Amino acid sequence: MMIERIYPAVVATPGNERYWEAAKAGKLMLKWCEDCKKPHHYPRAVCPHCMSSNLEWKQATGTGVVYTYSIMHAGKPAYVIAYVTLEEGVTMMTNIVDVEPAKVRVGQKVKVVFKPNEGGGSLPCFTPV
Amino acid sequence: MSLKGKAYIVGAYEHPTRKAPDKSLAQLHAEVAKGALDDAGLSKSDVDGYFCGSGDTPGLGGLSMIEYMGLKLRHMDATDTGGSSYLVHVGHALEAIATGRCNVALVTLAGRPRSEGMQTGTAPRMGNVQQPDVQFEFPYGPTTANMYAMVARRHMHEFGTTSEQLAWVKVAASHHAQHNPHAMLPKVVTVEEVVNSPMVADPLHRLDCCVISDGGGALVIARPEIAASLKRPKVKIIGVGEANKIQAGGVGLDLTYSGGRESGMAAFEMAGVKPSDIKYASIYDSFTITVVMQIEDLGFCEKGMGGKFVADGNLISGVGKLPFNTDGGGLCSNHPGNRGGMTKVIEAVRQARGEAHPKVQVKTHDIVLAHGTGGSLATRHVGSTVILERE
Repeated sequence: MMIERIYPAVVATPGNERYWEAAKAGKLMLKWCEDCKKPHHYPRAVCPHCMSSNLEWKQATGTGVVYTYSIMHAGKPAYVIAYVTLEEGVTMMTNIVDVEPAKVRVGQKVKVVFKPNEGGGSLPCFTPV
Repeated sequence: MSLKGKAYIVGAYEHPTRKAPDKSLAQLHAEVAKGALDDAGLSKSDVDGYFCGSGDTPGLGGLSMIEYMGLKLRHMDATDTGGSSYLVHVGHALEAIATGRCNVALVTLAGRPRSEGMQTGTAPRMGNVQQPDVQFEFPYGPTTANMYAMVARRHMHEFGTTSEQLAWVKVAASHHAQHNPHAMLPKVVTVEEVVNSPMVADPLHRLDCCVISDGGGALVIARPEIAASLKRPKVKIIGVGEANKIQAGGVGLDLTYSGGRESGMAAFEMAGVKPSDIKYASIYDSFTITVVMQIEDLGFCEKGMGGKFVADGNLISGVGKLPFNTDGGGLCSNHPGNRGGMTKVIEAVRQARGEAHPKVQVKTHDIVLAHGTGGSLATRHVGSTVILERE
């Protein structure tokens, strides 16, 4: 197994506290627009699709597929950075963890797992189902 | 009003240094400015417009450099789109000159990441915490190399592009760099050497990545009447385009194309030419995949066929159909300040003038192109395209 990365603390900017509090509780949250009915990520206070401020947090199913990835050999330790497309149709940057890097594939089904960070919070990562 | 032909690139200069521990950033900016003005046959009192990227220029916008160089201006523009800034500046200078805002525009770039020991491609750069994407990306360790590696991985998945095909981009650049006395990596390399070099960010190897170098470059752009009064070969700006590409809230994220698709279309439309009319192309080569993607987006081949297109020496001057980066590009010669757009324009000007190294000068050089990407192909970036005509 690979050595785990040490994840930096995250200081939430105003409006994003909910995302990081939920992550600490083991939940992945997505912002949805009540007007255009579309989700987005990273979360904003204004919808990037229609500029509405009528937005709501909803818990994501936490499952998706690997859109693309790279094994960062130059990292110390090495790590797998990826984009995962969630069931909700939103693609987010993440790390693929708890797996031999060589076994990661594009299209692989993954589910969210939470890794502790240095600030006592949690970071949403993904691992193969 | 069409902007086509309303300005000319009359001066171009690339700093010969690749490592400048003894020079300040301001000095490098000023030295390239002097070099480009000398090349044009103009002096600083002729300059009434200054263009720079706020990211590589010390001070507030261009203000400190304007003072350092002692300029008196009536038009300033510190637009920063990363490595493509200087291609964007060519377009903005064309607009400013066409609308009478200035007569002679100076564009400068300088940087010294090599002397400062910057791990450009492999160390995550956090940026400002107020940048809205930072807290959702930085913890995952994004670096320039692994971001472009993700683009390469997806291209391989969708189109069957191979590491060997990507390697051909570097091989072609090295064939050109051997003739450039200033190139950081002048040795010719083989496909095998590229694919057997250490993996940095899978699937990109060390030799898929550009160099880290100090230095800079400058351009002087002027009204047609001024260009006509100078002794240098006349290089007319006939097409420009710029376009951004974003993650779009993560909905429909597609890493198989770049902003070059729209910027290229705009530039070709203004110029009234087609990709098949281009005799030489400077294509930003932060990584080998960057070249493959942009060649597709500019229409030199179909989407997905870029790997096949660049293979077997097709980018080598005198050998292939599309001679590219005949100075050795960022992959072998120079990537000053981690920003490759300036040197792309400079080599395109050399080619249009017929002043590239004789071993790599293309025979017919009436229409040439320069294109670049700034930011990251995997997140948010700006593509910019410039088409030049030798008059």
